[in-house]
Amino acid sequence: MAMKANMKKKRSKLTAYNNWGYLFVAPFVIVFLIFSVYPVLRTLYLSFTNLKVMGDFKLIGLENYKRVLMDKFFWKALWNTVRIWIVNIVLQLGLAFLLMMVFSDVKYKMNGLPVFRVVYYLPNLIAATSVAFLFSTLLDWRYGTFNIMINTIAKTFGLRYNPVDWLGSNATAGYTIAVIQAWMWFGNSFIMLMAGVQGISRDYFEAAAIDGAGRWTIFGRITLPLLRPIMMYVAITSLIGGLQMFDLPFLMESASSPAYGSVQTVMMYLYKFGFTAGTIQTGYASAVAYVLFMIILCVSVLELKLFRRKED
Amino acid sequence: MGYKIKKGILYFLLILLALVCLLPFLLMMVNATRSGAEISQSFTFIPSHYLKDNWVRLFDYFNLFVGMRNSLLVAVPATLLGAYFSGLTAYGLAMYRFHGNKVIFGAILAFMMIPGQLSLIGFYQLCAKLHLINTYVPLILPAIAAPGTVFFLRQYILSSLPPSLIEAARIDGANELYSFHKIVLPIISPAMATMGIMGFIGNWNNYLLPMIILTKNEKFTLPVMMATLRASLDVAKNQGATYLAVAISVIPILLVFCFFSKYIISSISAGAVKE
Repeated sequence: MAMKANMKKKRSKLTAYNNWGYLFVAPFVIVFLIFSVYPVLRTLYLSFTNLKVMGDFKLIGLENYKRVLMDKFFWKALWNTVRIWIVNIVLQLGLAFLLMMVFSDVKYKMNGLPVFRVVYYLPNLIAATSVAFLFSTLLDWRYGTFNIMINTIAKTFGLRYNPVDWLGSNATAGYTIAVIQAWMWFGNSFIMLMAGVQGISRDYFEAAAIDGAGRWTIFGRITLPLLRPIMMYVAITSLIGGLQMFDLPFLMESASSPAYGSVQTVMMYLYKFGFTAGTIQTGYASAVAYVLFMIILCVSVLELKLFRRKED
Repeated sequence: MGYKIKKGILYFLLILLALVCLLPFLLMMVNATRSGAEISQSFTFIPSHYLKDNWVRLFDYFNLFVGMRNSLLVAVPATLLGAYFSGLTAYGLAMYRFHGNKVIFGAILAFMMIPGQLSLIGFYQLCAKLHLINTYVPLILPAIAAPGTVFFLRQYILSSLPPSLIEAARIDGANELYSFHKIVLPIISPAMATMGIMGFIGNWNNYLLPMIILTKNEKFTLPVMMATLRASLDVAKNQGATYLAVAISVIPILLVFCFFSKYIISSISAGAVKE
């Protein structure tokens, strides 16, 4: 690329300098094309083929896509993902939002933000594998410390507690995972919202206070509207992440668990056909990836529109 | 209710929430020192004396330090390459006008929004074709092209690097690469550190990709090893050892956090405000 650029007439000294740009971005562009762009396009191509594991395959048009849309297990996985995600996001953003309100309140002026922020963020640092391992041990229904703790507390109040199989029953497994996911991520959302609040110029608040605005008016008329872009960013990133949910449910439920069917997410469904020995159908899994991408894209655009309309 | 009482209640709730964040880790530390029988009978915050037993039992199954070494072998080069080349690319995009500049920047924006699962299958196929399965290359090399980091550094360069500085260096006859290394790098190093630490944690914790790429036990990174351990360890009998395993896997990242929490918080904040 640099050579091609050099062949052009050097019109001025400035253009000569500008040709250095090719050199600076060359490593990025090469690696980007090979490891990012090519795999995305390759997945698209494979989604139109009947490739199984390795070896020969032929183009079969939209067959894979038809199959994805007809498969009730795909829809079940999508429903599981959405269900877990909604519980997770309500808790995560709700908590982050409440915390943001508390720490940005002009009347109470809470102290200790740096310390609380760090502690709330801590669960987000830990590898999902460690979190999954820790919680599946803590939540084991017979031996787990969590049930024993509740039992001890119940006993002191003279109550009886029937141990709940948090991760092993259809009724609770999805919610348990959603709560753990929220526990991992609310600190992250809180820091983002708080960064937004701190980015708002102090002048606005002072001017409003001088005009005699109460704290709720300040919150509703200044803080919220100015926070909208950041809330949108937080909502969209957590949507993209949430619909790709994989690590926690995959690690916390073995395929033999009775609750597996209620927590299998779209990514776990994709993994099954993409990478689990014995069930690999690469072409089909590629189509699943693109269907999921289309869903994420549609919901993101919808979300953007929703936020935009409020602005008018 | 008075102002002070309400404020007190708020603090109480905030502290309660902080305890909810810390409790699982506290139980983990305590339980790592207790025997399986003790753990399944009662809960307590007082450590017991089975730490050594648990240790011996755990390392009978797996040597977690091998996993830790492997994770370092992946995360350190990936982080360094990512930080350096992102800086280089960001500077190239911010300071030079050349054909394709806008296209590259557009592609960067697009790929920041594209979910990672979209490339997973193609990526695996590519690695298989290049005989890179069971090597660390697919986990390290792609760090050179990190769209998010480039985007962030580009904004940082545009806002904090005066072009006159570079022009002065040019007049003095400095080569462009030389100016980058001697003038630009020191100026953008705080931003690179911020992104680097997040990159390190991301690489260290990464699970899905290493699980797909690595199939040999001796190559496993820590998260992959932890997942295998979970499958092979009879949790009911070895609860103490289980907690110890989690504790060992968590401690390095806690140490990193102790030293760099400021950078980490500021990088998340930056991620939000950049939009």
